[in-house]
Amino acid sequence: MHELSITEHLLDHCIREAEAQNASRIRTIRLCIGQLRGIVPDCIQLYLDMLSEGTIAEGAQIEAESLPVKVLCRDCGMEGEITPHHLSCPHCGGLSLKILSGKEFYIKSMEVYINGNKSTASDHGLE
Amino acid sequence: MEIKVLHQIMDWNEDVSEDVKTELASHNICMINVMGSPGGGKTSLITSLIGILRDRFRIGVIEGDIAGQVDADRIAELGIPTVQLNTDGACHIEAMSIQHILPELPLEDLDLIFVENIGNLVCPAEFRIGESLRITLLSIPEGDDKVEKYPLMFTDTDCLVLNKYDMLPYFDFDEERVCSNYGTVNPGAPLFRVSSRSGDGIKELAAFIAEKAEAAGKAGA
Ligand SMILES: Nc1nc2c(ncn2[C@@H]2O[C@H](COP(=O)(O)OP(=O)(O)OP(=O)(O)O)[C@@H](O)[C@H]2O)c(=O)[nH]1
Ligand SMILES: [Mg+2]
Ligand SMILES: [Zn+2]
Repeated sequence: MHELSITEHLLDHCIREAEAQNASRIRTIRLCIGQLRGIVPDCIQLYLDMLSEGTIAEGAQIEAESLPVKVLCRDCGMEGEITPHHLSCPHCGGLSLKILSGKEFYIKSMEVYINGNKSTASDHGLE
Repeated sequence: MEIKVLHQIMDWNEDVSEDVKTELASHNICMINVMGSPGGGKTSLITSLIGILRDRFRIGVIEGDIAGQVDADRIAELGIPTVQLNTDGACHIEAMSIQHILPELPLEDLDLIFVENIGNLVCPAEFRIGESLRITLLSIPEGDDKVEKYPLMFTDTDCLVLNKYDMLPYFDFDEERVCSNYGTVNPGAPLFRVSSRSGDGIKELAAFIAEKAEAAGKAGA
């Protein structure tokens, strides 16, 4: 549910960014989402489909890259990756972890069509 | 063609959250964000805490609710300035909503504001609201697997309250599992075992809050 207001702001930002680059259409929006976050890409897609109607982002696809949870173990001093379902050091099983990453949530890039003479090969795939 | 963006999506909320924080700091107010599942005991906990803390602090409450104002009425009956924040179906409170509703509280006359967030373990964790202290409440009947299922709610909090601790004998609740998971993802953060019903453990939590409130709210005084 919280994806609704997030998608509103996401769409806003993407359109502004695309227009600044003279894009006529947004084809793909690439997101990076850390595994600790409770953000569901399918929900964003759903709201995007709804909100983007009639804008240059209409029909845009969300591609989400899921980023791992990286930790530093305070017991053995090693770095490693965990999942929320196994909350212990992958090296020594230690239970005191400093979370280094896994809370990311950002727009990485967009695939867009550019107006006029700058049009690229991918432009022909539009219709 | 591809264009690089690298934009932090939550900035729109974080920026307002910082503004709210600054505004509250100018009034020496400490705001506490109380988060947890529906029916976990957020209103009961806030009520019990008010009972202990009202001698020392001037307290106000912002009651988040999807609709209605049952909880706000419960708090207002205590003679505490209370405002109701209806989110119209939204599952969380955003910093912007707090910014809009703050002027409805007598900020000059407050030291402490409790915000009861919307009952939900996922969404509120994603949104800072200008608070100086976050409390995550988990009640015994909800089960012992919640840290694994909703990690952000437990990593991004300043303390965990195990509420309805009086119910422990009646549930298969592996306390060690919760404590160990919580300690793993949020090392050093305190945990309080509380019964809002019997009052057990409330004093310790109130002392922790009082200490934070004096540090945060009274920094300039
Ligand atoms: N046994 C027991 N019951 C409790 C405790 N704390 C709250 N309750 C009961 O749990 C129920 C829900 O408590 P509330 O304080 O309304 O919970 P809430 O989190 O504010 O609920 P919502 O605002 O609806 O999400 C009530 O019937 C309370 O009496 C506790 O420590 N022990
Ligand atoms: Mg309540
Ligand atoms: Zn280790």
